[in-house]
Amino acid sequence: MLRQARPWLLTIALFALWELSCRLFSVPDFVLPAPSEILQAGVRFWEPLLVNGLQTLYTTIVGFAIAIVIGVLLGVAVGCSPVIYEALYPLLVGFNAVPKVALVPIVVLWCGIGTVPAVITAFVISFFPITVNVATGLASVEPEMHDVLRVLGATRLEVLRKVSIPRSLPYLFAALKVAITLAFIGSVVSETVAANQGIGFLMLAASSRFQVALVFAALLLVAAMSIVLYAFCALLERRMAGWAFRGQAS
Amino acid sequence: MIELADVSLRYGGLLALTNTEMMVAEGEFVAVVGPSGCGKSTLMKLVTGLLAPTTGEIRVEGRRVQGPVRGAGMAFQNATLLPWRSTLDNVMLPLEIVEPFKRTMRRDRKHLEARVQKLLEAVGLGEFAASFPWQLSGGMQQRTNLCRSIIHEPKLLMLDEPFAALDAFTKEDLWQVLQELWLKQRFTAILVTHDLREAAFLADTVHVMSQRPGRIVHRCPIAIARPRTLATTFDPAYTEIVNELRARIAQLRSQ
Repeated sequence: MLRQARPWLLTIALFALWELSCRLFSVPDFVLPAPSEILQAGVRFWEPLLVNGLQTLYTTIVGFAIAIVIGVLLGVAVGCSPVIYEALYPLLVGFNAVPKVALVPIVVLWCGIGTVPAVITAFVISFFPITVNVATGLASVEPEMHDVLRVLGATRLEVLRKVSIPRSLPYLFAALKVAITLAFIGSVVSETVAANQGIGFLMLAASSRFQVALVFAALLLVAAMSIVLYAFCALLERRMAGWAFRGQAS
Repeated sequence: MIELADVSLRYGGLLALTNTEMMVAEGEFVAVVGPSGCGKSTLMKLVTGLLAPTTGEIRVEGRRVQGPVRGAGMAFQNATLLPWRSTLDNVMLPLEIVEPFKRTMRRDRKHLEARVQKLLEAVGLGEFAASFPWQLSGGMQQRTNLCRSIIHEPKLLMLDEPFAALDAFTKEDLWQVLQELWLKQRFTAILVTHDLREAAFLADTVHVMSQRPGRIVHRCPIAIARPRTLATTFDPAYTEIVNELRARIAQLRSQ
């Protein structure tokens, strides 16, 4: 009971400390608003927060979904075929080294502003860890297991379906937890650069009007959404790859 | 059943096996022993077609081996059970791949499950069918591994030091389990091991390999009646065979 409450207690304590310091040192609210002011702003501007929050959630999830599909396919290709691995992997690494924020203006040039660049940025920033982890997971099958299966006469598809893919599930879920957070970053960054809706846009608009409390409210909203989706991925992980957590669950 | 004629294998620049000659009769239990690094495991990969010989010819059931031999059973020192499958489902794996079981699997899974359960009971794992690998001891995992390697009733079983990581008591238990299974199914078995007592206990014939580049330098038939029991291991005839093998290998190592 107490153990589960600990992170909550710590969070509440941190917010209390924040509130207290703001009041004690009378920090001006355009520098750092107190949590109580952020809460007020959140209540007062609930409608734009909701609308723009849903927009960001939408672009993030669409981008994330594309990243899962493309990331898994690439990961399976790279993990299964040494030829594809050698050809594609250096390219992927090089692509991943490009700062994604720098891509946003180019995407805007091609697709205009709004939903599309946010989705694309979310996708581009989050597919790489999925690809790498799936490829690693597929490669983690013991060579002895491969021998056993080959001598049984298993086809490549059977090996993939019965052994390699289940074996790589824990790796996939570990990647998903990282990727969902990255996807949020991608969406918000794209919205701050080029959008007329979404949390990033809202934050930019609010800060240009010195509504710093609203900026923070938007920030906390993104964090909350990100945590919820992270928790969802973690739940999925427990359900589908629970065997990787032996001893902890029971 | 198995015939190796003048087989050599070169790994990169290294000669692993040279002029290896070996004959295994149908239903025979053969053990291959030798100093470490002499290419015992390589021999196993050659017979199952996982590796192609550089020169020479390997025949299994009269046919020349080209590519993996289909349907053979294999077990290694590392049990390689799938952690997301229960004991029962782990043993089911070959039945999902090898015909004719694969075909019956969809219609009649219950029947095959009963078959697996029966085998598990025969090796003393009846109560652990629903357990997962990490809930089993090392010996139990290796029993499961053995079951998985013979559930599809292969004609050929390859064992690569399957008991090497087990303690002495568990090992001797498993020798008897394996012997029982062999007496029932009479598959052709090749056991690669560095344990001479194990080789002498289980095999009909022990083949001794030389230091690298490996080659069979000695054949030693074991004329001890079956079923062999723990009492056999105190039999002077048995001890004598083990000592002779030990002397041979000591001699090979000093060369």
